[in-house]
Amino acid sequence: MRVTVTIDRRPEIADPQGTTVERALHDLGFTEATSVRMDRVIHMDVEGGDPDEVRARVEDMCRQLLANPVLEDFTVQVEP
Amino acid sequence: MTTAVVVFPGVNCEHDVVHAIEALGGEAELVWHRDTDLAAYDGAILPGGFAHGDALRTGAIARFSPAMREVARLAATGAPVLGICNGWQVLCESGLIPGAHIANRDLSFICRFVDVEVVDTNSILTRSAEVGQRMRIPLNSYEGNWVDPSGEGRVVVRYVEDPNGSQDRAAAVANAAGNVVGIMPHPERATDELLGSTDGQVLLESFLHSLVTA
Repeated sequence: MRVTVTIDRRPEIADPQGTTVERALHDLGFTEATSVRMDRVIHMDVEGGDPDEVRARVEDMCRQLLANPVLEDFTVQVEP
Repeated sequence: MTTAVVVFPGVNCEHDVVHAIEALGGEAELVWHRDTDLAAYDGAILPGGFAHGDALRTGAIARFSPAMREVARLAATGAPVLGICNGWQVLCESGLIPGAHIANRDLSFICRFVDVEVVDTNSILTRSAEVGQRMRIPLNSYEGNWVDPSGEGRVVVRYVEDPNGSQDRAAAVANAAGNVVGIMPHPERATDELLGSTDGQVLLESFLHSLVTA
C-alpha cells in the first residue's frame, strides 16, 4: 500500500528555514503568505492487506524513528 | 581507566578526541559503532562529525547503533558520558539528554571561536572548573540550536553572546545526575597552544577526573 507520512514541526518550535523562505516570499511581493513551515513528507510502499494494520505499523515507525517527539507531530495517510 | 570514543560512519573528530585525552594523561580507544560490548571501558565520548550523514535528523540513525545500548548502560551506572557537537545531537535523540537540535537561527554554518562561561560545576564536564570561568572554544556546527520544551535540561556552560539561538544560550547541557553532558563547541580543539587556545583542557580534565571518582 502507498503510504504518505507528514512530519510537522510543532507550532511552538522555531523553524529558521520557514522564516527565511517567508521573508524571501515577501521580498518577491507575496506578502499574503504567512506562517511558512518547512515540514517533511515521506512516501513509502508498505506490504500488508489491512489498512488499519499498515497504519499502526507506520505510526510505530514514526514514534521510533521518523519523527522526533520533542519537536514534531506526524500524520499517516494510507491509500488502499 | 579507559574511555571509549565511539566511531559512527561519518564522524570526523574521533582522532582529535583521542589525541586530546592522551595529551592530558588519560587513555582512550576508538570503538566501532557496531560493537556490542563496552564492558572494558569506564566512560564514553561521542565525537563530532556527521554520523550517518545526518540522514533524517542529526543523530537520528546513530541512536540505534548497537554501541549506543552500551553507552546507555554506562550512563545508567553513573559513568561519565560526553557528547561533543554531533555527539550531543546523538545523546538528545537517544533521550539521554533532554531536548533536541534545530538549524542555527540565522541558517549559517558557524565555524569560529566563541566565548563561553561555566554556569554550573555539578557535571562531569565542569567539575574541575569554576562558576563564572570563561573560555574560548571553537564552535563548528549548523544545527547547534538546542530547544528543550520540557525545561528539564540543565545548562552547565553558556555562550557569552548568543551565536545560534540555542535556548538559554546553552553551549553545554547535563542530565539531572550530571554524568551525561552534551557540548556544542569543541573542547578537544582547544587543548594546545598550537590550536590557538588551551581553554578546553579543564573541561576534558573534568571528564577524566570523573572517570576516577565515578
